[in-house]
Amino acid sequence: MAQQPPNQTPPANADAGRGRGGGRPEAYPQHPPGDPAAIDRGKATYGVQCSFCHGSDARGGEGGPNLIRAEIVLRDRSGETIAPVVQNGRPDRGMPKFDLSAAQISDIAAFIHSFRVAGYDISRDRPPSIVVGNATAGEAYFKTTCAACHSVTGDLKGLAGKITDPRSLQQAWLMPGGGGRGGRGGAGGALAVPPATVTVTLPSGQKIEGRMERIDDFLVTLIDADGLSRTIRRDGDTPKVEIHDPLDPHKNLLRTYTDKDIHNLTAYLVTLK
Amino acid sequence: MTAKTLIAGASLYLFPAILTAQGLSTADLLKPLANDWPTYSGDYSGKRYSHLTEVNQSNVKNLTLAWTSRMTAGAGNAAGGGGGGRGGGGGAPTIIGGEGAADASAGAGNANIRASILEVNGVLYLDTPDNAWAVDARDGRALWHYFWKTKGGTHIGNRGLGMWGNWLYMETPDDYLVCLDARTGKERWHVEIANFSQQYFSTMAPIVVGNHILVGTGDDLDEPGYLQSLDPETGALQWKWYSVPMKAGDAGLETWSGLDAASHGGGNVWIPGSYDPETHLYITGTGNPSPAYTGQSRGEGVNLFTCAMVAVNVDTGKMAWYYQTSPHDTHDWDSAQTPVMVDADFNGKPRKLLVTASRNGYFFTLDRVTGEHLVTSKFSDTVNWAKGLNANGQPVRDPAKDYDIGGALVSPNNGGATNWPPPSFSPDTGLFYVPTSDNYSMYYLTETDPRGAMGLGGKEEVGVATLGSYLTAIDYKTGKIAWQHKYPTGGGAGNGILTTAGKLLFAGDQGGNLVAYDPANGKILWHSRIGQVSNAPETYMLDGHQYILVAAEGSLFAFNLY
Repeated sequence: MAQQPPNQTPPANADAGRGRGGGRPEAYPQHPPGDPAAIDRGKATYGVQCSFCHGSDARGGEGGPNLIRAEIVLRDRSGETIAPVVQNGRPDRGMPKFDLSAAQISDIAAFIHSFRVAGYDISRDRPPSIVVGNATAGEAYFKTTCAACHSVTGDLKGLAGKITDPRSLQQAWLMPGGGGRGGRGGAGGALAVPPATVTVTLPSGQKIEGRMERIDDFLVTLIDADGLSRTIRRDGDTPKVEIHDPLDPHKNLLRTYTDKDIHNLTAYLVTLK
Repeated sequence: MTAKTLIAGASLYLFPAILTAQGLSTADLLKPLANDWPTYSGDYSGKRYSHLTEVNQSNVKNLTLAWTSRMTAGAGNAAGGGGGGRGGGGGAPTIIGGEGAADASAGAGNANIRASILEVNGVLYLDTPDNAWAVDARDGRALWHYFWKTKGGTHIGNRGLGMWGNWLYMETPDDYLVCLDARTGKERWHVEIANFSQQYFSTMAPIVVGNHILVGTGDDLDEPGYLQSLDPETGALQWKWYSVPMKAGDAGLETWSGLDAASHGGGNVWIPGSYDPETHLYITGTGNPSPAYTGQSRGEGVNLFTCAMVAVNVDTGKMAWYYQTSPHDTHDWDSAQTPVMVDADFNGKPRKLLVTASRNGYFFTLDRVTGEHLVTSKFSDTVNWAKGLNANGQPVRDPAKDYDIGGALVSPNNGGATNWPPPSFSPDTGLFYVPTSDNYSMYYLTETDPRGAMGLGGKEEVGVATLGSYLTAIDYKTGKIAWQHKYPTGGGAGNGILTTAGKLLFAGDQGGNLVAYDPANGKILWHSRIGQVSNAPETYMLDGHQYILVAAEGSLFAFNLY
């Protein structure tokens, strides 16, 4: 299939790989920017000599491997480690030798090194939309599963006008109020979700209620009706602590959805402009 | 157990004991965990079960802080001005090494201590990326601080130091193994252990076995994983074992689309393994195949020997057996969990077992001599990526749960149902303890190029929810959960576990507490709020007193009884 032109200058924030240290330079430095004229010359030569086997974007083509992740290319600065392979070939792997000068190979190297390697690999052929479901089926699913709590003419009126990006909308209805650990940035914040509340029943029978602030096995902190923070000691089951999380129905549904349900429901909800 | 004693004796004979004044001998390293903590898991078994009993169920309520000490990373305390600089955890001089041009102040500040900490003869040795310290185990005073000027690399963490004689071994994120003099912190030598331009990064705690230093590395491009054995005196290479096929004829090549895919197939070895002195087998977990998500370029096969438990003979570097816990993984769920060696009854007969709980949500019991599969169970009931188990007890992946343009709802998330933080096993209870989590993410396919992406690319993961985080106790005989302590918040799994013969289990919780539990039932016995615990608790005995040691928010905390 036809390939999009390679993305040679991905956005600066694209480096979302693991564990970047704060305040430190990029973990794996890019090649310094090459001479644009050399890159252009190299691209032309590469297009003629190399791209059939290795792909127009050097990620592999008809029989030839991906060059961007190849050790010889990664070690190379300006053609010095690439040249012996090009000039001698790799007969054992079916690669012929090429009658190219050191200067031509240096240009080819400049072209290959213009592709980003460090950090997270940027998607080049992005799907146009994440909306892949059936809106009619989604409407039926809404009526059976969601309508007990939600209404498209009430709380969800104009939902797709408020959250215009379909993926953000999908994440928002899956878990309003934000994502869990391990992913980046749920967009559920666009929806007003009532906070979790807690009721603490002291041994005396007195009940203390408020907005849930934090809890562990030893303390519970709530914000009471006056806006004041109260921390209460816990010792096993004493006092009794009951948490009311308005997202519990959404959490419980996670065990029941099929991906098709999710896609259909999103296809329906994006129509609620 | 007599056989074990006899063969352990033979092992001493095979590995000439290196005894130096105050140093750590290879024989010391063969002993079960007792007064010292001389290697990553305390001893080679990976059990993290201490025989110490001074602190026990009857008195743990009196456990109290002995000392605390803040570790400051970076070169701010360089001994340039006549050694007069202060900081660095108590005024000890900082010794600077390294090959990088980076500003020596890079990464300075609070140390993120994820490492297992060695304790040998009253001195603690710990590290974070680019930093190592020696600390007095009696009062937390820093004795020296070593700082490595880095070239870069992924600075995700460092899992600990290795020790042999008077020498310490540290991996650096830019792929060197550095040998330090434990007495002074002065560098003895450093050697390159992986190629930085191929984007390797090194975090593993080196494991010393006899006259071998075993080191592994990580990589998030598509470069091949390997385990190496180096000479502890010189750093010279003894052998190298690749976790993926690297040339025609290599075992497992038929499980890949071809040699280029195999030799760019990942499977990095970045977590310390366990070692059986009777069989000379070092058993460790391998990482995910690569490209991690868009795996079509890898072919339809199982991609050996990625995401597997592998047993490698330390003398020869040859693999004796493997068991793949995630065949053809498509979610970056490394099988990089330190396996635990258990000698216990199975079906009424004593047996040499290996147990592991994998990031993919499945628990396994294997025979560690042969690799024979014995038990598989699912320890997180939200896990939904597999259709079931095959005849060999391996989860069978559901390709519909790889990813979808419209998003696939998958449990667990990339962080996993558990991860690398160390589990524990108590022979007293026969239970295996592991931090676990029930969680979901949406996985969106973002790369429709039929060749897929490289490394971790080609998808976007968006977190949905964590339904529960737990301290989980599993019966190795059945794989069934014996008990679970559910944390009141779902902040993810904890950072590792210690059990002791004092019938105690120590672990950090989600609320910033170090907690002691009853390992029989999970009952809470003691806690102290010290901040977010960042490593697995440990214990050592000094001057007739047992210490409990843990790191939180850049500081060390040592507890004992008075």
